[in-house]
Amino acid sequence: MSVQSLPAETAPGAAAAPAAPRRRRPPRALTAVLAVALLAVLAAVPLVADPFSTNTVSRILVFALFAMSLDLLVGLTGLPSLGHAAWFGVGAYTAGLVSTHWTSEGLVTVLAAAVAGALAAAATGWLAVRSGGVYFLMLTLAIGELVHQLAQSLSSVTGGSNGLFGIPSIRVAGTPLTLAGYVYWFVLAVVLLGALGLWLVAASPFGAALRGIRDNEGRMRSLGYSPFRYKYLAFALAGGFAGLAGGLFAGLVRIVNPSDAGFTTSALMLLAVVLGGAGTLWGPALGAAVVVLVRDTFGPTLEGHGPLLLGLVFIVAVYVLPRGVAGLADLRRGRRRAVLPGTDEAPA
Amino acid sequence: MLGWFDENLVSILNGFAIGALLFVLAVGLSIVFGMMDVLNLAHGAFFLVGSYLAVNFVAGDSWGGFLAALGVAALVGLLAGGALSGMTEPLARRPVLDQALLTLGISLVVAEVLSIVYGNDVRSVSPPPGLDTSVDVAGSAYPAYRLMLIGVGLVLALAVWLVVERTSVGALVRASVADREMVSAMGIDNRKVKVAVLGIGSMLATVAGVLAAPVYGARPGLDETILLLALVVVVIGGLGSIRGALIGALVIGQVESLGRALLPDVASFILFGTLALVLIVRPRGLFAGKVAHS
Repeated sequence: MSVQSLPAETAPGAAAAPAAPRRRRPPRALTAVLAVALLAVLAAVPLVADPFSTNTVSRILVFALFAMSLDLLVGLTGLPSLGHAAWFGVGAYTAGLVSTHWTSEGLVTVLAAAVAGALAAAATGWLAVRSGGVYFLMLTLAIGELVHQLAQSLSSVTGGSNGLFGIPSIRVAGTPLTLAGYVYWFVLAVVLLGALGLWLVAASPFGAALRGIRDNEGRMRSLGYSPFRYKYLAFALAGGFAGLAGGLFAGLVRIVNPSDAGFTTSALMLLAVVLGGAGTLWGPALGAAVVVLVRDTFGPTLEGHGPLLLGLVFIVAVYVLPRGVAGLADLRRGRRRAVLPGTDEAPA
Repeated sequence: MLGWFDENLVSILNGFAIGALLFVLAVGLSIVFGMMDVLNLAHGAFFLVGSYLAVNFVAGDSWGGFLAALGVAALVGLLAGGALSGMTEPLARRPVLDQALLTLGISLVVAEVLSIVYGNDVRSVSPPPGLDTSVDVAGSAYPAYRLMLIGVGLVLALAVWLVVERTSVGALVRASVADREMVSAMGIDNRKVKVAVLGIGSMLATVAGVLAAPVYGARPGLDETILLLALVVVVIGGLGSIRGALIGALVIGQVESLGRALLPDVASFILFGTLALVLIVRPRGLFAGKVAHS
């Protein structure tokens, strides 16, 4: 959760700086110290934790990247997707198939997964981004469910409802990573690079344009931007990062099920984004940690009914945390809303 | 041509039966969104509640159990809709997405509670006596219950059309779809309308669940499948349009039945392809109202 803390001080302020010059931010030095400390803690996890906990933290990292990729759509572009697990699933299946049939070289598999996720999102995204709001929600749900059904019905390729199992362990430079610790470090490195990529997208002029489209699409259009092109690119990019997370997931747990691409996974990730605070990147990563912990750690003690608890958390979160945990941090700092609806968000 | 028709008669009839069910389901979803801007993602979960109620009540071979299931399901649907209306009220000033997220959370909770109560096995429900036989339709044997479903769908479509087009309640519905604030400015209490609309919409979902139980049974995950189909129907037809829900339901019914029978490998693609095709030609659905809901 190290890089995730970086965007907080850059993302909301970068675009809206002219409109709110007196906005208080945490000092850069403090953020940097926190980031380095978190990075150190994360890097040290396999040294101090048992393999099971290390594995859990690995999964949290993967889902944090997944949630951040969804935040690119939901928080940054204002496109609430209920089918984002589709690209995660596409990435996971791609990585699984590549490592089973070709090579399990870690970088090759996750890059193939990212490319596959982006291509799959690009293939269907043009239809979804034509619409906004609730229509987008429904269309992405339909697209996601289609991918889910494909994973189930193309059993000769995907293993059907049994899932794709027996995925060989990740190799780095030809050496298979068998210890949970080495796999963890590989996952951590890729997740950090992915998070850095997402943060760069969010901080770039492209990201500012996305925020502009989210806040006032008509105005952006009148300024000469093509919302469709930006949204489409954001959709494909988000699919690519979700695919990257999926590729890591396949290498980590070494089995992929159709449900990994399904509605429940999508809904849980949307919960992570909402819970953490959409648009901040670090918030959704935190939300993903909560979701994974509740589902995988408390779930077994609830006889596999973790989603029940998550559903209740979801309902409560909608009421009491309209801006997520990240919104709480803003309140504490004395600013009620990071982005005002009418704020001039046009990029300089 | 006639030979082809004969061969696929069963699939076509199945399509109509699925279409009838989908209409009952989708018209509730469509009206609730069209009038109240609430996208009820718990609609599928309510449907599944109805199906499980049918499992409970339809034990013996009697009409009593089936009718009791229908009655209880209708009541449960009304109450659930009323509760949902109360729960969305504090979110009325927030974006539409927040209400959709709330219903998403409710659907997760309801689906999990159902799986705790009824387990994860597939439950089947037998049709009421008299309808559990097959009827001879143009040379093919066809389950009588599904024919009845087609009939129920037609009757309901007619009833809804009559209510909406010919009564003062219907005028209120049409006016609310077009401009809710204006309706409220005319002195009609929006909150009461909302309770009624959500109650009736959810009731249609639970009743559809009971009606569907002898065909689909009841199992975990059915709620998502059904919600997806209903959403596709509503998107194709246009949110808030009853005519659209009917046409969309009939189209998707045939896609699901005839499409799966003729081209089993690409059935999912046909479903998505139909959706894509309609949206390319008519981005807001076939029968979207004049007022666009964004």
